[in-house]
Amino acid sequence: MAAWRVATVVETVPETVHAVTIRLEVPDWPGHIAGQHLDLRLTAEDGYSAQRSYSIASAPDGERIDLDVVRLDDGEVSPYLTTDLEAGDLVEVRGPLGGYFTWEPADPRPTLLVGGGSGVVPLLAMLRHHAALDRPSGMHLVYSARTAGDVLHRDELAALASGPRAVTVTLTRDAGAAPPFRRGRVDRTVLAEVGWPADAAPRCFVCGPTPFVEAVAEALVGLGHAPADVRTERFGPTGG
Amino acid sequence: MDALDGNAVAGTLAELFGSDLTDATTICIGCGDHRPVGTLIAYVGGPGIVLRCRGCLTVQIQIVRTPRRVRIDLRGARLLELVVPTSQR
Repeated sequence: MAAWRVATVVETVPETVHAVTIRLEVPDWPGHIAGQHLDLRLTAEDGYSAQRSYSIASAPDGERIDLDVVRLDDGEVSPYLTTDLEAGDLVEVRGPLGGYFTWEPADPRPTLLVGGGSGVVPLLAMLRHHAALDRPSGMHLVYSARTAGDVLHRDELAALASGPRAVTVTLTRDAGAAPPFRRGRVDRTVLAEVGWPADAAPRCFVCGPTPFVEAVAEALVGLGHAPADVRTERFGPTGG
Repeated sequence: MDALDGNAVAGTLAELFGSDLTDATTICIGCGDHRPVGTLIAYVGGPGIVLRCRGCLTVQIQIVRTPRRVRIDLRGARLLELVVPTSQR
């Protein structure tokens, strides 16, 4: 868990203008639970190293791991990962990390996932795992992005939204938002419409920038959900 | 400085404690709340890591690393309770 492992970049796939999917092969990876993250470390030839945390985007799949990295132009690590990294490159990873913000497939309760921006990534792992296992319990994702062009994995999300799974994408900065997208922010009205009533006791996972997480968690508690059922993960630029 | 969750420092905590600490719980010395470490407010932008209670803002845990030592100050956590088995995840 806390040991650093050398991972090989299998491929990098441009996902949006700002984001890249990085597919890693990690020998002896102990396996992860959807929602967990890892630490990634880059070390320059002169010994200088930089470390960042990234949520794992893929469902558990042996030694394969997908990360979705969004470029922060003034960042130190993300411009390298999104622009220069190539198949065959080596990076160090440590993980899987975090046993708190995780979705347990055996949990029979419905699950509401609410993600803002790249906060959707750990939720995507949960949705993918739910689909891979074909779980009958309901799982709904509400995903807030700026514009249609910023939506990660939009075609896959559309495909995942079937049977017990539903996906709602809201766009905050896209005046021309058209179906299947909604315009606006994820507020109490959207959550009441897309989520479950409090008496269904859904597990709620909220991930995104701090102000987004605070607003959504407050709205969910306001709708009657038990605070202990609303699990949150805030992220912010820690150097990018 | 952005405040994150204890979850964001899971890697450092696992390195120091040899166990996942995000679903371990503490009892806050300030307000007596019993919360998972993953939910504490984490400040990571300074020279060390500071974890505060999300209820009353009491500083529960401070971790400072120097080139040769790591100092873990647990003054605000009255109890740290880990989930068994501690070596998993």
